[in-house]
Amino acid sequence: MSRLAPVVLAALLLAAWEIACRALDVPAYFLPAPSAVAVALWRHLPTLVAAAGHTLSTAVIALVIASLIAQALAILTALSPLLDRAIRPLASVVQVTPVVAIAPLLLIWAGLDHPGRALVALAVLVAFFPIFSGATAGLRSADPDLERLFTLYGAGRWQRVTRLRLPSAVPFLLEGHKVGAGLALIGAVVAEFGAGSGKVQGLAWQMLDAGNKLQTARMIAALVVLGAMGVALHALLEAVERVGLKWWRGR
Amino acid sequence: MSIVQLTDVEVDYDRGRALGPLTLGVAAGETVALVGPSGCGKSTALRLLAGLEAPTRGAIARMTGRGETAVVFQAPTLAPWLSAQANVALPLELAGVAKAEAHERAAAALARVGLSGAEAKRPVQLSGGMAMRVSLARALVTEPRLLLLDEPFAALDEITRRALADDVLSLWAASKPAIVFVTHNVEEAVYMASRVVVLTRGPGRIAADFAVAGPIPRPPHFRAEADFRATSEAVSAALAEGIAA
Repeated sequence: MSRLAPVVLAALLLAAWEIACRALDVPAYFLPAPSAVAVALWRHLPTLVAAAGHTLSTAVIALVIASLIAQALAILTALSPLLDRAIRPLASVVQVTPVVAIAPLLLIWAGLDHPGRALVALAVLVAFFPIFSGATAGLRSADPDLERLFTLYGAGRWQRVTRLRLPSAVPFLLEGHKVGAGLALIGAVVAEFGAGSGKVQGLAWQMLDAGNKLQTARMIAALVVLGAMGVALHALLEAVERVGLKWWRGR
Repeated sequence: MSIVQLTDVEVDYDRGRALGPLTLGVAAGETVALVGPSGCGKSTALRLLAGLEAPTRGAIARMTGRGETAVVFQAPTLAPWLSAQANVALPLELAGVAKAEAHERAAAALARVGLSGAEAKRPVQLSGGMAMRVSLARALVTEPRLLLLDEPFAALDEITRRALADDVLSLWAASKPAIVFVTHNVEEAVYMASRVVVLTRGPGRIAADFAVAGPIPRPPHFRAEADFRATSEAVSAALAEGIAA
């Protein structure tokens, strides 16, 4: 019953929206009724899905790159206190810099012919921090008594990282990747807005293009697709985290 | 001949003196119980013996080489992502023993603590007593000459504690390592040790040093014998005196 509650609420809100649009005669360019959005969604579905595919592939490539860089840097911080002191403040700079502000610069560097590269780079910047901070926290989370045992058994620095700290970090890494993946998707969309050109075939361009043509229903339809993709991605990553934790813990 | 000897060691922490001055030698094959009130520094003394911590002042002489000292902590301290067997094999693998041989010896060590058949289980699937046995097997797998136990059974129920105490003693009989264990349970100390060292309240110094008669492993009903009762009473009295001092 309680599982149905959000569905019922959404249905009520949609109904109210539909009734209000019809009763008040709201112009379609200002706020189209849900039924009009549904029609737009149905008509533009192939283009919207293709655009969503572009955005998703940007996000996924960015996630993979961010994951590799973040974990490599985190391992460096775990191997050497000096590198730790050097790297961590710089990583925080990456985190506090808004992606929209860097977008124009990266677009110049990537070159006008390759806006896709800039998009990936921007999404990498956003996805990097949660994975890095999860990894650094995780690498420090090993049981202190297990650390002592490794000392007692004369484990080397590398053995300590690979046999103790990395495995201890797995739950933190799973969480970091979950957050990072969601941010990579947001980063990809924001970067597409920043790029703002027809060369970039993502969902944000669909929204910009529809907006320019005052096709408000198509804009909202693109938003619906984006939301659905975000929810699906989140559900997938929750499942990955659950399975990963089960494997790590053995139950 | 002491296998490890602390001479006039003192340990200072930020909040002041934690231990000492303390002079304590452990002979090969001896089982020593360190008893003292909470905060007397007995766990610190154990870490000094293990070489996991350095004294602020004083000297430590040790006859054991690398890998000849093993520690069992109060918690089982197992890696949750490894099976029982892989946990036990870990010290060997870190020392460079080939994986196949390490796992074979780990299985043998698990058999010695009565855990044959639990090799593939993860720590989360084990009861508290079983996890402690895995921890014990991990300590024994390297065949240490010095085995240190830091309140190893404190978190277990009375029946499991007693069973484990007997297990430790029969395992001791097989290879006769020197054992030092920390406890605040007087009866457990007298039951398990051939020598009970009582520390004063913190910073701990030696308040009394008792020899405990009787064969190890202990015969049945050892706890009911007059000797056992008398020694327990004497240790309790020394402990009370050390707290009051």
